[in-house]
Amino acid sequence: MSVDSVFVHKMWDDNELSKMVEGGVPFAMLSDGGGRVGSSFGVYDEDAGVENRGRFIIDPDGVVQGYEVLTPPVGRNVSETLRQIRAFQIVRESKGAEATPSGWAPGKLTLKPGPELVGKVWEVWKTDMALD
Amino acid sequence: MAENLEVGCARPTGGPVGQAPEENDREALQTTKEEPTMIQVGKPAPDFISPAYHKGQFTSVKLSDYLGQWVVLCLYPGDFTFV
Repeated sequence: MSVDSVFVHKMWDDNELSKMVEGGVPFAMLSDGGGRVGSSFGVYDEDAGVENRGRFIIDPDGVVQGYEVLTPPVGRNVSETLRQIRAFQIVRESKGAEATPSGWAPGKLTLKPGPELVGKVWEVWKTDMALD
Repeated sequence: MAENLEVGCARPTGGPVGQAPEENDREALQTTKEEPTMIQVGKPAPDFISPAYHKGQFTSVKLSDYLGQWVVLCLYPGDFTFV
């Protein structure tokens, strides 16, 4: 979503993005002229007249689980977004029985919060697991 | 004389030419200006409907039509910017 019109979205997809992604952008490119939607999410920069680089993960109930907002010159990390979605899905599927510690990635250890784990996280989770 | 614009990722914008508004006006402007408020995690996303371009068609997208699915909503400064 940007403040550009759908016509500019088409031109961008036709002339540039389709050269990066075969068949063009597979998802909808939304237009937010005037930034009203961006404002409701808190990422519209009124002085510059554009949206900041905001990314929101919204769960199947319509609840915002996470977001990231960057100033324009720095791009996102798509792998990190996918990792977060997978983590939120695991928490949701387990109905909160599982939690993903710092550095968690698919296939790695999750935590099972409960009375037995209080004060014992150090036994199962090591600080170097935050970094790899 | 026109000056060359520095090319960056934010869309260059202009503004009215003339005298700067009086201090009082500026204060009035600031009080009427809506303060951007960040939404909260764990709270419902504000619903919206937006015009959209999708696979060759002009269409529209309503966020609440996607209830029951995971949604990633990305905003960016502008088409044809670099990042």
